[in-house]
Amino acid sequence: MKNFSWKLILVFAVIVAAVVYVLPTFEPGLWPHKQISLGLDLQGGMHLVLEVDTAKALEGQVERMTEEIREQLKKERLRNVTLNRIAGNKMSAAIQDPQTLEKFNTILKTNFDFLKRSQRIDSGVSTIILEISEDEAENTKRLAVDQALETIRNRIDQFGVTEPDIRRQGENRILIQLPGINNPDRAKDLIGRTALLEFKLVDDTHDVNEAVKGNVPAGREVLYQVREDAQTGTITKVPFLLRKRTLLTGANLTDARVDFDQFNIPFVSINFDKKGARDFERITGDNVNKRLAIVLDDTVASAPVIQEKIAGGQARITGDFTLDEAKDLAIVLRAGALPAPVNILEERTVGPSLGADSIRKGLISMLIGGVLVVLFMIVYYKGAGVIADIALILNIILIAGGLAAAKATLTLPGIAGIILTIGMAVDANVIIFERIREELALGRTARAAVDAGYNRATLTILDANVTTLIAAVVLFQFGTGPVKGFAVTLSLGVIASLFTALVLSRLIFDYILGSRKVKTLSI
Amino acid sequence: MRFIKPDINIDFVGRKKLAFLISILCIVVSFLSLAIHKGPRLGVDFAGGTLVQLKFASAVRIDDIKSGLASIGLGKSSVQQFGQHADHEFLIRTETAYENDEGIAAEIQKALESSTEGELEIRRVEMVGPQVGEDLRKKALFAMFYALLFITIYISGRFELKWLVSGVVAAALIGAVYMINLFDVSIPVLIGAALIVSLVVFWFLELKYAMGAIVALIHDVIITIGIFSIFDKEFTLPIIAALLTIIGYSLNDTIIVFDRIRENLRKYHKKPLVYVINRSINETLSRTLLTSLTTLVVVVTLFIMGGGIIHDFAFALIIGIVVGTYSSIFVASPILLAWQSRGKK
Repeated sequence: MKNFSWKLILVFAVIVAAVVYVLPTFEPGLWPHKQISLGLDLQGGMHLVLEVDTAKALEGQVERMTEEIREQLKKERLRNVTLNRIAGNKMSAAIQDPQTLEKFNTILKTNFDFLKRSQRIDSGVSTIILEISEDEAENTKRLAVDQALETIRNRIDQFGVTEPDIRRQGENRILIQLPGINNPDRAKDLIGRTALLEFKLVDDTHDVNEAVKGNVPAGREVLYQVREDAQTGTITKVPFLLRKRTLLTGANLTDARVDFDQFNIPFVSINFDKKGARDFERITGDNVNKRLAIVLDDTVASAPVIQEKIAGGQARITGDFTLDEAKDLAIVLRAGALPAPVNILEERTVGPSLGADSIRKGLISMLIGGVLVVLFMIVYYKGAGVIADIALILNIILIAGGLAAAKATLTLPGIAGIILTIGMAVDANVIIFERIREELALGRTARAAVDAGYNRATLTILDANVTTLIAAVVLFQFGTGPVKGFAVTLSLGVIASLFTALVLSRLIFDYILGSRKVKTLSI
Repeated sequence: MRFIKPDINIDFVGRKKLAFLISILCIVVSFLSLAIHKGPRLGVDFAGGTLVQLKFASAVRIDDIKSGLASIGLGKSSVQQFGQHADHEFLIRTETAYENDEGIAAEIQKALESSTEGELEIRRVEMVGPQVGEDLRKKALFAMFYALLFITIYISGRFELKWLVSGVVAAALIGAVYMINLFDVSIPVLIGAALIVSLVVFWFLELKYAMGAIVALIHDVIITIGIFSIFDKEFTLPIIAALLTIIGYSLNDTIIVFDRIRENLRKYHKKPLVYVINRSINETLSRTLLTSLTTLVVVVTLFIMGGGIIHDFAFALIIGIVVGTYSSIFVASPILLAWQSRGKK
C-alpha cells in the first residue's frame, strides 16, 4: 500500500498547513501569522476613488512657466510684451516691435527651448504661441498624480488610520481604503482638500465693492472670507480685493501645529523653512501697515495688518476653527498641498455596526445551511454521508486556510461564496456515491464498486468544476472589492472540494475497505 | 434512503415540445418585462447616484423622512423600507452623485433628525459618480462576455475532444469580436453578436454538446434577468457575480448529463440517440436533484437569514439554480437531437 501512505501524508500535510494558517484568526498571537483580513463591508470603513484633476495641474504648471518668462522679461527690460496663458497648456505673447521680438526669441531659445513655438503676424503684431510638448505635459500629469498620492498618504498617516490601503488606479485615479474609520466626513474632508496656502497682499487702494460688481482692476482678484456666526449659524461672506501675485506659499513650511490663544481659541501656528523665513521677513518688512491675506484654497482665512517686520519665520493662521478643524488644518499643511484638486468619483462607507451585523448574519446562515446539509447527507447516505460530511467540514477549514495563506480579504459576498460552496461541495461526493450505488446495483463487490465509482466520476467532476472555476477567475479579474472576495472564496471552494472529494474521501473509503474485511458498504 | 428509484425511466425527451414551449414562454415574458421596464433596473453601481442606508432608534413615519429630504433639496429621492419592519431601517436613493464638501451623509442625518425627531445612524453610504458607473457597467459586461468566451472555448474543446476545432472556434470568435469592435458598437451588442457567431459556428461544425450547453446557458441567464426585472429588483455588482456563478453552475449540471450521454453512446451504440439521452438523464437524475437540493438549501438559508444586503444576491442564485437544473434536463439535452432530425430530412 505504498500509494496509500503517500496520499495519507499529503492529506495530513494539507490539513496541518490549513490549520496553521487558520488558528491565528481565532487565537490572535498564537504564532506570528496575520489573521484573515475582513473587507470594508464586514469591519466597516470607507472606500474612496479619487480623480486627480490633472488638467488643472497642467494649467498650474503653465501658469508658473508664464510667471517665469515674465520674470525673465523684466530682467531683460522688455516691456512691450503681453504674455498670457491661454486655454490649457498654451501661452500667447503679442509683440509689435521687431527688436523686442528678436530679443524675446533669444530669451526663449536660451532658457525655454523645450517649449514649442509657432508665430503668426497679424497687421504688424506678431503673436507667438508657446506650447508645452506632449511628453512634458504627460510628465507633468503623471508627477501630479504621484505627488497627490504621496501627499494623501502622508495626511492619512498623520490622521492615524490602521492599515490604510492607498494606491494608484489607472492613469489619474487614486483608490483609498480606510478600515474602521468612524468619522468618514472628516476623513473625506482631510483627504480631498487641496490645502494650497498662499500669502497675498490686500489691495486697499481700490474699492472692493466696485470690484465685486465686476470691475476688477488688472492683476487683482476678489476672494471671500467665510464667517459663521457661532450663535445663529448664519454664514456671511466678506469680500477682499487682493493682488493676484502670490508672495509665499505653503510649500515653504517646515511645521504646522495647533496652539491656543489667551481666550483658549485654537489657531494653527506655522514655521517657515530658511527661504520661507527670509521671504516672509522681506515681505512683512516691505509692507508694514498693509494687510497680508492668508489664503487657503482660494478662501481668505484671515487678513491681519502687518504691524512690523517679522523675523524668525513664524506665523499663525487664525480663523473660527473648532479644535478638530485646527488639527486637520495642521495635518494638511504639514503634509503639503495637493498639486491639483481631486474629485471624489466613488465613495462607499459602511458603518461598524452594519459590518458586525453582516458578519453575524453571514455566520448564522453558514451554520444553519451547513448543519442542514450535514444532516441531509447522513440521512441520505448513512455511513458514506459521514465521510462526505468530514470532507465538507475539512473543506471549510481549507477555504479558511487558503484565505489566510493567500492574504485574501473576506467580504460579505465572500461569506456567501463559502455558503454556496457548502451546498456545491457535496456535489462531487454525490456524483461518486451515486456511481458507487449504481455499480453495487450491478452486483459488484464493495471494493470494486468504490474503485469503479471513483475512476468513472473523477473526470466528470473535474469537468464540472472547471466551468465554475472559469467563471470565478473571470469574476476575479473584473470584479472590485466585495465581488472579488466572492470570486476568491468560490475558487478556493472549488479547489478544496476537488481535493476533499477526490483525495480525502477516497482515502477514507480505502482505509475502511482495507483495514477491516468489509463486505457491505453503508451508502 | 433514495428519492429516485434506480430503475426510473421518465421520457424526458418526449416532453421536449412542452419544455420548449415553457422555455420560450419564459424567455418571451422576460423580454416583455425588460421592454416594459425599459431595460434592466440598474443599481447605484451602474447608474451612478447615491445610496444611503440609515437606521432609526425608534419607529418613524416614511412621510417625515420624505419631508426631511425635501428640505435639503432631495425631494425626488426614493425612500424604501429595508430589512425587517422592526429594524426601522431605510434606504434612500438619489440620482445625483454628491461631491459637496459637507458630505451628503452628515447633511441627511441633520435634516432627518429634525424632521422625524428621532435618533438615527448612517449605516452605509454608496456614492458612485457617473463616470465610475459607466466604467463598472463596462466591466460587468466584459466579465460576462469573457466568461462566455472562455466557457465556449472550453466546452467545444472538452466535449467534442476536438481542441483543434476549439481553437478554430476561438479564433473565429475573437476575429468576429475584433471586427465588430471596429464599428464601435455597445457591449451588449458585442455580446449578442459574439453569441450568434458562436452558435452559427457550432451549428456548422456540428459541435452538438457545445451548442446544447451554450443554449442552456443563454436560456438560464435570460430567464434570471427576466425574473429580476419582473420583481423590479436592481442590478448591482453582486448580482453580476451571481449571474456568472449561475453560468458556471448551469454548465456544471449540463456537463454531468453530457458526460453520461457520451459514456452511454459507447455502451449502447446500437440504440437510437433518443434512448441514450433519456437513459442518461434518468441515470444522473438522482445526482442532479440531490445537488440542486443541497445547494438550494444553503442558498435559501442565506436568503432568509443573510440580511438585507445579501438578499437579492441569494434571490438571483435561487432562480439560477432552479432554472439551471431545469435547463440541463429539458433544454441542453434535446438540442443534441437537432442534427439528427436535420439528417433525416
